[in-house]
Parts: sequence; C-alpha cells; structure tokens
Amino acid sequence: MNSATAVDASRPALHRRPLSRSLRGSLKGGEYTWAVAFVVPYVAVFLAFVAYPVVYGLWMGSEASLYRELFADPIYQTTVVNTVLYLALGVNVKMFLALLLSGFFMRPGWWMRALLLIFVLPWAVPQISTFISIHWMLNGEWGFLNNVLYTLFHVEGPHWLNDRWTALGAVIVSHIWKWTPFWTLILLAGRMAIPLEIRDTARVDGATGLRGFVHITFPLLANLYLICTLLSTIFLLGDFNAVNFVSGGGPANQTHVLATLGIRDAFEIAHPRLGVAAVMSALPLVIPLVIVLMRKLRTSEVQI
Amino acid sequence: MSTIAADVRLTARKVSRAHSAVRLRRYLGTAGTVVLSAVIVVWTLAPIYNMVLISLEPEGDVFTDHIWPRVPSIESFWGVLTQGHWYLEHFWRQFANSLYIGAMVTFFALLFGSLTSFAIGRMRIRHGWLVSNAALLTYVIPASFLAIPFYRIMQNYGMSNNVWSVIAALVAFATPYAIFVFQEYGRSIPIEVDESARIDGASPLQIYLRIYLPLMAPALVAVGTYALLLAWNEYLYQFLLLSSKSSMTVPVALAQFLSSDQSPWNYMMATAIIYAVPPVAIYYAFRRRMTAGLTVGGVKG
Repeated sequence: MNSATAVDASRPALHRRPLSRSLRGSLKGGEYTWAVAFVVPYVAVFLAFVAYPVVYGLWMGSEASLYRELFADPIYQTTVVNTVLYLALGVNVKMFLALLLSGFFMRPGWWMRALLLIFVLPWAVPQISTFISIHWMLNGEWGFLNNVLYTLFHVEGPHWLNDRWTALGAVIVSHIWKWTPFWTLILLAGRMAIPLEIRDTARVDGATGLRGFVHITFPLLANLYLICTLLSTIFLLGDFNAVNFVSGGGPANQTHVLATLGIRDAFEIAHPRLGVAAVMSALPLVIPLVIVLMRKLRTSEVQI
Repeated sequence: MSTIAADVRLTARKVSRAHSAVRLRRYLGTAGTVVLSAVIVVWTLAPIYNMVLISLEPEGDVFTDHIWPRVPSIESFWGVLTQGHWYLEHFWRQFANSLYIGAMVTFFALLFGSLTSFAIGRMRIRHGWLVSNAALLTYVIPASFLAIPFYRIMQNYGMSNNVWSVIAALVAFATPYAIFVFQEYGRSIPIEVDESARIDGASPLQIYLRIYLPLMAPALVAVGTYALLLAWNEYLYQFLLLSSKSSMTVPVALAQFLSSDQSPWNYMMATAIIYAVPPVAIYYAFRRRMTAGLTVGGVKG
C-alpha cells in the first residue's frame, strides 16, 4: 500500500519533465516558423552590421606590408606606449577608486543618498559636453584650472595640453572622472547583494573594518571585480572620445591611443587600410580578453 | 569594602575612557566623511561648473581670469535657442536629428531584442545559444574598432550622410544588451504562464504581444532608457557618417566648434548644456527603474 502510493506519486513527476521538454524544446511546425521569424531580424542586423564589417576589416588589414609600414611609424610606437599607460592607469586607478567609494557609499543616511545623486552626474552628462569642458578647463592661458591656481595660490599653472605627459595625464584623469561613478554603482550593487546575515555574522565575529573587507567582502566581490576590470579594459581600449576631445591626440600626435590613431590614419591622412591595421594590432590583446570575458559573462550570474 | 569601591571607580574610569575613545572615533569618522564628501563634490562638479561659468559669460568676455561669472548673462543660451550664431544655424534641425536617431534606435533595439529573447528564452528555439553568443560577442567588441570598415561599407551602399546608417550601427550595438537583460529578466516569469496560454490555443505572436511584453514592461523601460541614452551620447559613428550641416546631430555640431581657433566658447558651452539636459533629466527620472531593471546598468562608451 505504502510502496504503491510512493510509486504513484513519483510517476507524474517522472512524466512531467519529458512532456514539458517536448513542449519547449522541439517546437512544432508552425511554432518553429514563428520562432525563426522572431530571431531573423536580429540575426540579419548582426550579419549585416557586425559580422560583415568584422570580415571586411580583417580583409582590409590583411596585408603584411601594412604592418611593416605601421611598426616603422614613430607615431605608432608612441601610441602603443600611450595605450599601455592609458590601460594600466585608467582601468586600475578607476576600479580601485570605485571599490573604495562603493564601500563609502554603503554608509547609511540621507546625506549619503544625496551625495550619490551628485556623484553620478559625470556619468549622466554626455561625454562630449564634459570632455569639451575639460579641454577648455586645461587651457594654459584662459583655463579654469589655472585661474583657480592663480586666484588661490598665485601659482602660474603649466600649459597642460602642450606637453605629452601632462596631456596624457589629463586624458587618463578625465577618463577616471567620467567612468568611476558607473563602476562604483555596479560594485555598490554587488556589495548590496551580499546577504545581510553574512555581514552581521562577520561583524559579530570581529571581522570589521579592513579585516572584514579582506576576509569577507573582497572574496565575495572578487569575481565581480575581475569581470568589471576586464570589461572596462575592453571599453577603454575602444574609447575614442576622451582622447579625441581632451587632448585631440596632440601635441604633435604624441597622445594618441590605438582607437584614435586608427581614425586619424583612415580619415586625416586618408589611408584606411593603415587605420584598420593600427586597430587590428590590438587583436593579440583583444582576442584573449574577449574569450575570457565571454566565458565569464556566460557562466556567472553577473549582468552588466 | 574599600577595594570593591576602588574597583568600581576603576571600572567606571575605564568605561568612561572607553566611551570617550568611542566618541573621539565617531567624531573622526564624521570629520572624515565630511572631508571626503567635500572632495567628491568639488571633484565631480568642477568640469560641470566650468561649463556653466563659460556659458554665462557675455560674448567676447570668455578670455578672462576670474573663477565666477562677473556679469552673468544668458545671452549665449538665447543665441543657441534662436540659432543666432552661424555655427548654430541648424541647431533645431540637428536637435531633431538626434531625437529621431534616439527614438528609432530605442524602438528597434526594443523590438529586435524582445523578439529574439522571446524566441531564445521562452520558445527555446534550437541553436538559440548561437544567437546569444553572437550578441555577447558584439557586446564585448569595441564599437570604435569597427568604425572604418563600417564607414566603407556604408559608402559602398551609398548610405553615407544618411541617418539610417547611424541608426543601423547603433541598433546593432544596443540590441545585444537588450537581449541579455530581457533573457535575465524573463527568467523571473514562470514558463507555465506561456504554456497555459498555448494550451488555450494562443499563437506565439499572441503570447508575445499579450503576455510577454506586458510582463516585461520594467525591463523594457530600463533597456529603452539605455538605448536612448546610448544613441543620444554616441559621437564617432555620427561624426563619420553624417557630414552635411542639415543631417548631422548635436554632438557632431558641438565638435565642429573645436575645429576653429576663434570658437565662440560661450555658445559652445551653452550648446553643451542644452544638449546635456535631456539625458540628465531622463537619467534622474528613470534612475530607480534603471537600477531595478538592470541591477547594474551599462552604458557602452
């Protein structure tokens, strides 16, 4: 009697799975047509406007002589150094600041909420507006920064954008200014997602302050932090606006990064293939990043 | 007796010392918060203040050394709104172009994104993972790297200087994000809802229109905001693909000011502010929805 009911109870459960799978998995004729029709628009957009340009770009940049020409170009050599510096400093300083600030914004109170509203402003204001403003701020003669330095300290500031290193520094700082709020919000959401019990238990066990961060918070945030760093590396590699508007690649083409050099080669000196080659020379970095990121984004629950 | 009293006194002193240590730490904590908050406010607002400061300068007074507006004037804003400078002849046309591109990108990203996520996530179409991966790949390729071949292709099609070439590019880059968010959000809706509708004889199109879209409303708002802001803020493709004054958009027109040494900076900053008002307003209006729908919202640079 007992065993019979047990079997009865288990039977529908055993049957339900294949049934629902057959409903969802193998769609019947008409429904399959619908499903295909639903996917076709996006697939068409992808093939025409992503896959085709990718293939076309690979074809444009496929000649070996282009790379000989490119590597011999002193501007390209400078650009590679700039790109590496921009990546190393831009990504890491920004992410580290975002990690610290996300902890700061975890504090309770209306004051913190109000501050957060101001803090996200750089992200909400369009890039072009703010980068143009920063460009003029750093003008050596009439810029706001030097006016402030003179008014407050009677110091004559330098011509920030006329020197390679201060100009590159300005670009990196502008990038950090613009994007720290966004990554802070993401890490803040990550911190909020840590269950309250874990935080409370940790606090009771004496894991507060730095110790709580090292042993509790950071291990739980590490995966998110890594994904954010990788994604931000890719985004920064493709960043055109900060360099183009803050320094304009100047002085004397000394602060270009690969993204802006590609556009300059293609449109200013009208050598599109060289421009594509400049961009494609980043592929040894882009391809591993893309592979790791795709794996991470697919397998983890993180959604950015 | 006396030892006990001494003990009590000692403990009391210890406690009060501990109290004052706690109080001192709290004061220091508060002071630290205030200082850090002040630094954040100054740091955040400096470039924005600079924008406002210069836009309030009367014409010809831009090259000054003061750090607050001496004679605030809204002349430059008026100049932008009435198209009163030759840089700004087509301002409203360009504003409309930006709006049109934003609206079209939003519409198509939502349409294609929701249809695709419905077919992959709800109908479980075979090889749906291939489409998901294509979307993921698009999301992680820097858009600026594809700009040159994209420009060449559009030229070959005779599509340069046509807003639809920009719309096509931006839809291609905005839709992948839509697909992720919709698929992720769709997981919270039980599949049984769809199945019972199917048993009642609803066609996939009916399920999509009557059940899926209404239930996805929060995600649609979130992604719609994302796509609109992406299109409004995008510069490179609009710069490359739109060259005539009447087809270009506000960011391209704004960048045109920079090409000359004699730029009217007050007009430029006023334009920059007017251009920034819609996205900032949308951002603050939908901020909660965005964070609710996306957990973490992404804007691709």
